[in-house]
Amino acid sequence: MISERLWDILADSFLKILIPGITVTIPLTVISFTLAIVIAVVTALIQFAQIKVLKQIARFYVWVIRGTPLLVQLFIVFYGLPGIGIVLSPFPAAVIVFSLNEGAYASETIRAALESVPRGQMEAGYCVGMSYLQIMRRIVLPQAFRTAFPPLSNSLIGMVKDTSLAANITVAEMFMSTQRIVARTYEPLALYMEVGLIYLMFSTVLTKLQRIGERKLGAYEQQERTAVQMTGVRRMRRRGLGR
Amino acid sequence: MLEIKNIHKKFGASEVLKGVDISVNRGDVVAILGPSGSGKTTLLRCINFLEKADRGTLIFDGEEFALERITKKDVARLRRKTAFVFQNYNLFRNRTALGNVTEGLITARKMSEQEAERIARRALDKVGMSERCDYYPNQLSGGQQQRVAIARALATDPEIIYFDEPTSALDPELIGEVLAVMRQLAEEGMTMLVVTHEMNFARNVSSQVIFMENGVVVEQGSAKQMFEEPRMARTREFLGTTANR
Repeated sequence: MISERLWDILADSFLKILIPGITVTIPLTVISFTLAIVIAVVTALIQFAQIKVLKQIARFYVWVIRGTPLLVQLFIVFYGLPGIGIVLSPFPAAVIVFSLNEGAYASETIRAALESVPRGQMEAGYCVGMSYLQIMRRIVLPQAFRTAFPPLSNSLIGMVKDTSLAANITVAEMFMSTQRIVARTYEPLALYMEVGLIYLMFSTVLTKLQRIGERKLGAYEQQERTAVQMTGVRRMRRRGLGR
Repeated sequence: MLEIKNIHKKFGASEVLKGVDISVNRGDVVAILGPSGSGKTTLLRCINFLEKADRGTLIFDGEEFALERITKKDVARLRRKTAFVFQNYNLFRNRTALGNVTEGLITARKMSEQEAERIARRALDKVGMSERCDYYPNQLSGGQQQRVAIARALATDPEIIYFDEPTSALDPELIGEVLAVMRQLAEEGMTMLVVTHEMNFARNVSSQVIFMENGVVVEQGSAKQMFEEPRMARTREFLGTTANR
């Protein structure tokens, strides 16, 4: 059923898709996700520590980002901002949008994880003479990070796939490369399945890494995780609906 | 050594402490008894600034502080002389038993790790937990966790230890091991202020008993006097109904 021509196309295109995957999709994901975590931790801490005004700004940011489609955000930044004189290259534009978008979602995950650390941990810290910052750094944040790790891993896997949306603002990542080959060969079924398979490979590696990471983070607590994992599940569902 | 005068605390509209006075001398073991909702836990939490009292005076080692406007610096300074044992232990969940004891010594008291570990091992040995140094809290029973919490309190070499219902969250068969440690501390002359429902502990170990109800101290006296010849009818009634449990 699969002709020799089709085999040739698939074999020939494999590297042509994989290489932009390694040179564009992965760097885009890694850079955006790293920035997103920084944004998320700051946003979550501002809310957790109840810092006036900044807290309102954080809530507003999360509200806007979560309430608008990722694709619309990409279009506003890449096609819209030049209208007011801000012209960005595709890759930086994608990094900005993905990190701001993921930052908002991840901040909710981290905030929930921070709140899941019992108040008594903080009180015990005060009673042995520790300062707020010492308690946050050594007791509360490590526990919150352990709790947030599985849902954040989910988000990372989600982001690998979401980067395919960057094709819409001319970032030459895996999906765009595939579209180009399809335009030349008229084999959409086989080629889109091929790129899907490569995304699956990437996700599988990340799933394995997640498992190793969870084991490394230690077994000191299991019971508190379920509530926050729900955030991750909701996020997955959103992604499913978003496509 | 510790004196509290006219302490008031409201949560919203409900007045939990309505002007409580207590005093603790060095070496005293003071048990605070009373029905649920009498304000005894709130009193203890206000004394160690886990709750902010609305009004009141705290005198510690002759130094006087107004509770409603005490500075962060004074709070930190006073906390270095005190220790707190919680009802539900509140051990740091990301630290081993040993780590729980060394944490405050290293971060707050700037001790070297070796020095902190030496002190921590001695404290854990004292509460009979040296075998379990490397266990995380979720690998320990409630009684063991509470003993580690007591070791954590001891390690800071406090002038007084506050206990907030230290055995209330424990299974009955685990209460004994915690009370035994507390009794040992009492015998060694540690100053302790203990909110408790353990009548036998109050009667046999404590030197002073305070009976609280509805946010006020109903009666205070020596353990012997309070249990054998209380002056107030309400004290007699409360201790009478619960003492034989």
